[in-house]
Amino acid sequence: MGLTARPEHSTVAYEPQSQEGWVTTRLDFLVNWGRANSLWPMPFGTACCAIEFMATAAARFDLARFGMERMSFSPRQADVLICAGRVPFKLAPVIRRIWQQMPQPKWCISMGACASSGGMFDNYAVVQGIDTIIPVDVYVPGCPPRPEGLLYGIRMLQDKVMSERSADKKIREEMNPDPKSQLYIPPSVIDELGEPFGNSVHQTRSAP
Amino acid sequence: MTEKFDIVHAGEALQEVQAPVTPRSIKHKGGDANPSVALLQAQFASAVVRSEVVWGESTVYITPASVTDVMRWLHDDPGQRYDYLSDVTAVEYRDFEAPVEVVWHLRSLPYRRFLRVKAAIPRGAPLSIPSVWEIWKGADWLERECYDMFGIVFEGHPDLRRILMWEQYKEGFPLRKDFPLRGRFSRAEQLRQALSQNIESRYSMEELTIADAFEDLPAEMRKRLSTGERTGE
Repeated sequence: MGLTARPEHSTVAYEPQSQEGWVTTRLDFLVNWGRANSLWPMPFGTACCAIEFMATAAARFDLARFGMERMSFSPRQADVLICAGRVPFKLAPVIRRIWQQMPQPKWCISMGACASSGGMFDNYAVVQGIDTIIPVDVYVPGCPPRPEGLLYGIRMLQDKVMSERSADKKIREEMNPDPKSQLYIPPSVIDELGEPFGNSVHQTRSAP
Repeated sequence: MTEKFDIVHAGEALQEVQAPVTPRSIKHKGGDANPSVALLQAQFASAVVRSEVVWGESTVYITPASVTDVMRWLHDDPGQRYDYLSDVTAVEYRDFEAPVEVVWHLRSLPYRRFLRVKAAIPRGAPLSIPSVWEIWKGADWLERECYDMFGIVFEGHPDLRRILMWEQYKEGFPLRKDFPLRGRFSRAEQLRQALSQNIESRYSMEELTIADAFEDLPAEMRKRLSTGERTGE
């Protein structure tokens, strides 16, 4: 299916100058191995991507192969938020709250063009990419992506999980939004991300 | 809360019972009008502006002042019995001089008839039209949506507030022609306003209460809810 072979994680290069000893790295490997192979997804399906997500979970593509068959409809027992579909502004505080309710360690997959960039919905009602609301680890392109595409994204996330080191203290840091504006990233960056492209350059605003 | 109602069978009021057939060829303009149109013109000569038949469907244009009377008659008259309100919406034309039209799609199940009623609201004054909520309770959310998207005030509606956009939405009415597609504010400002909303505050207590359980609530609480008190505000 065009998947690349997974990097070999069973060998760790011996670096005497490194502060991480054999025990720590082996422990990391064990922990990461456990996490990467039991990522419980929190499905946040709002549109057609959710249909593909369901297809991925069903027998033919079988998410259970990755230890992900346990859909966690409570964010408190979830590891990875899979946002499948467009997110309107009315839903923005909801997905933000779900993300904040998920305990660490947690990851996020933005599935499809709409979740990643707003997609074709460059209008007044749709969030232009969920990375303006919550941090995203893996973007899966497609409209909607086929199950193979989502599986590729999941494998990428597994690789990311496998490469985590407990010595890296910043990896589990919770990003707190600016209390005044409730935004993670500066407004100028959000405006730049939401710049019009394609046909929509003709759609101008009437107020700043 | 629960009222007795009679079951209506489709086509039960027709003289000769025959299965509905899909017409083969329909003219674009003209053709047989819905029999309600002629009766409506006879009954409310001053209220009916004009009528037309497009693709076999009849449209009646009425004056905004006569909406309540005409709709009440269409609903109650034993020869009409338009018991189902399919849709309430509005049309705004690119020509800013042209009036905004409110459209009601009515269906008569006993007579198997469909009637489209339009009323033009002139420009210049705030857009408003009488509500048909008293006649069809199903108009509640339809009129709220129409208000949310077009800003048309339905007078007499019990709870006219936004339904699709959140209540604190400040940018205006999105389906109006003068509304830019991407909204009036910058993306960051839109996101900031969306994230700072109180997500519990947009439901009324009545919406959170399922209809039958309402009767079981304490009398004091029912009284408070009937005055329109909301949660979370």
